[in-house]
Amino acid sequence: MYNSIVLVKQVPDTANISGKVMKDDGTVNRAKLPAIFNHEDKVALELALQVKERYGGKVTAITMGPPRASDILRECLYLGADEAYLISDRKFAGADTLATSYVLCEAIKKIGDYHFIFAGRQAIDGDTAQVGPQTAEKLDIPQITYTEEIIEVSEGKVKARKKIDGGYEIIECKLPVLLTVLKDAVQPRPFSAKRVMAFKGAKSLMDLEKLTEENSLLYIDKLTHEYEGRGLYIKTLTMDDLKLEDDRCGVKGSPTKVYKVESVVLAGGGHKKVEATKESLGELIDQLMSDHIFG
Amino acid sequence: MNTLKFTNEVWVFIEQRDGNPADVSFELLCKGQKLADAMGGTLKSIVIGSGVDAIAEQTFTYGADEALVIDHPSLKNYETLRYAGILNDLVKKNIPRIVLFGATVIGRDLAPRVASHTKSGLTADCTDLQISDVTYLKQNHSKLLLQIRPAFGGNIIATIITPDVPTQMATVREGVMELQPLEKPKKRKITKIEYKPNPLDELVKIIEQHREENKVNLKAAPIIVAGGYGLATKENFRLVEELAHAIGGEVAGSRAAVDAGFVTPDRQVGQTGVTVRPKLYIAVGISGAIQHRAGMQDSNKIIAINSDPEAPIFDIAHYGIVGDATEVLPAFIEVYKHKLK
Repeated sequence: MYNSIVLVKQVPDTANISGKVMKDDGTVNRAKLPAIFNHEDKVALELALQVKERYGGKVTAITMGPPRASDILRECLYLGADEAYLISDRKFAGADTLATSYVLCEAIKKIGDYHFIFAGRQAIDGDTAQVGPQTAEKLDIPQITYTEEIIEVSEGKVKARKKIDGGYEIIECKLPVLLTVLKDAVQPRPFSAKRVMAFKGAKSLMDLEKLTEENSLLYIDKLTHEYEGRGLYIKTLTMDDLKLEDDRCGVKGSPTKVYKVESVVLAGGGHKKVEATKESLGELIDQLMSDHIFG
Repeated sequence: MNTLKFTNEVWVFIEQRDGNPADVSFELLCKGQKLADAMGGTLKSIVIGSGVDAIAEQTFTYGADEALVIDHPSLKNYETLRYAGILNDLVKKNIPRIVLFGATVIGRDLAPRVASHTKSGLTADCTDLQISDVTYLKQNHSKLLLQIRPAFGGNIIATIITPDVPTQMATVREGVMELQPLEKPKKRKITKIEYKPNPLDELVKIIEQHREENKVNLKAAPIIVAGGYGLATKENFRLVEELAHAIGGEVAGSRAAVDAGFVTPDRQVGQTGVTVRPKLYIAVGISGAIQHRAGMQDSNKIIAINSDPEAPIFDIAHYGIVGDATEVLPAFIEVYKHKLK
C-alpha cells in the first residue's frame, strides 16, 4: 500500500492568448484567460493512479489557487483521485514559487500519511519547475525530477528512470520521495463517465459559500455537512486551517517581485521582401553567396 | 537607502558531468564578472565533484577571482541531496549577493532546493541580467540584480527583482550569455572546503547512468534551418531537413514544433531551448513569439518564410518570403543546387 499526494495546478492557457487578454498598460488580464489543467500535472496524477492500481493505496490531489481552481479538482476526481483538497485564501494571492512551496509543504504535513508526492515537471504559465524541488526541500525529503518512468516500488523504495542532460539515470530512492514528471512519462486516461456522474456536483467550501450567498435559506455549516455526507465535499484549507505565518504567504512571503512589465513591441519590419519565385530566390542565394554565407 | 547590509559576492555554480565542465557555467562566469564589476564585488566559482582541480583552474580564465572547491570521491556524480546540502551550508554561511546556475536538468534540480532552504529569491530561465539601482514601492535599493525574462506565452517581458532578501538567485539557459575568455587570467585563489558526508544522503542511489555525447551542436552551426508549427505535419517538416541538408545547415525547431513531435527537444531554439548566433538562420513556418526570438535574434542574417505576412518573425528578419513552405522550400533547394553546378 502506497499513498500518493499529487500537486496539481490550474493555469492560464498561454498557448491560446488573444490580443484582448492584454490590458492597455501591457499587463495580462488573467481573468480573461481560459483556465486549464496543467498537462504535466495530469500526467503526474496518472502515474499516481498507476501506482495505486499496482500496489494499492490512496491518491489525494491538492491544489493551491483561487476558488475557481476547484474545477481541476473535480477533474481529478473524474480521473480517479480518492480525495481532493483546495488550498485557498485571499492572502495567498501573488505568491511566488517560494511562498507557494511553503503553503504546499504545510498542507502536505497536515494531510500527512504519504509515500509519494507527484507533480508535473513545470506549469506552463511560469515554466519555472521550481515548486516541486522547493517543496521537497521544505519537507526535508529526497526528490527525483524529470521522471520518465517508475520501474518498481518495493520494500519502501522506488526505482525510477529520470532524464539527465544527454541521457538518463536509474535512481533508487527510499520513500517518501517527491517526483516531478515529464509529459511523455505516461498517457493520462480519459474521464470515467461513471465518476463524472458521481462527482460533477462536488464542491469546495468556497463553491458552497457562493451557493449560500445566492440563497439565504442555506447555511454554510449545514451545507458542508450535507456534502461531506454525500462524499461530494472538496476539502478546503485556508490560512487559519494551516496555522500559517502571515509573512511567509502571498506577496509578503515572496522574495521575487515583478518590477517592470513591458509589452513586447515589435521593431517594425526593416526586412527585404523576396518574392516566392525561382528568379527572386536565385537573387537571394546569389546575395548570400557573395556574403560568403553559402558556398 | 535600504539599511540592510549585504555582501557583494557573485557566485556561479560550476556544473560538471563525468568530470567535464558544462559550457553554460563558463558563460555564466563571463556574465558574472560583469555583474561583479558593476557591484564593485568579487566573482567566485563553486566547483563540486571528484578530482575537479583542473576545472577550478579553468574558471579563472573566465573571470573568477576565487574558486571554492569541494572535492570528494562521493561527489563524482551529481546527486541532489549531497550537492544541495553543500550549497545550503555554503550560502547560509557566506550569504553571497547573487548565485547563478545553468538552467540545465541539474541546475533546475539544485537551485530551487537551495533557494527554498535559504529563503532566497529565484528566477528561472533569464534571458538577460543587469545590475541597477531601483526604486520599488518608494524604497530605494542600491545595485539590485535585474532578472529579465519573457513571461505569459511571450506576450510580455518581465523584469524581476529580489529587493528584500540577502541572496538573489537566477538560472540561465545555455548559450544565452556569451563566452568571452580573459586574455590574461586573474590571479588564482583556490579555497578547499571540507566535505562532511551526511548519512541522509544515502537515501538515494544512482544505479545506472547512460549518457551520450550530445551529437547535436546547434550553437556551433554556421547555418540553421528551423521549422515551426506552421508546417502543420511531420511530413512537411521533412522539407526543412532537406533544405538543411542541401545547404549544409543544422535542423532546429520552435517549441511548438518540438511539442508537436516534428523535431527532437535537443534541437529546440528559444528561451527554453538553445540560444544560437549562426551566420544564417532560416525560420520556416515560425510565427516568431518572443521566446523563440530570444534564442535566435542575434543571428547574423535571418530569412523568414511564412504564409502569414503579419507574422512577427518578419520584424526581425533581414529577408522575408511570404508563401507556402511546401512550395518555397522545394524551389529554394532546386535553385540552390542549380547554382552550385
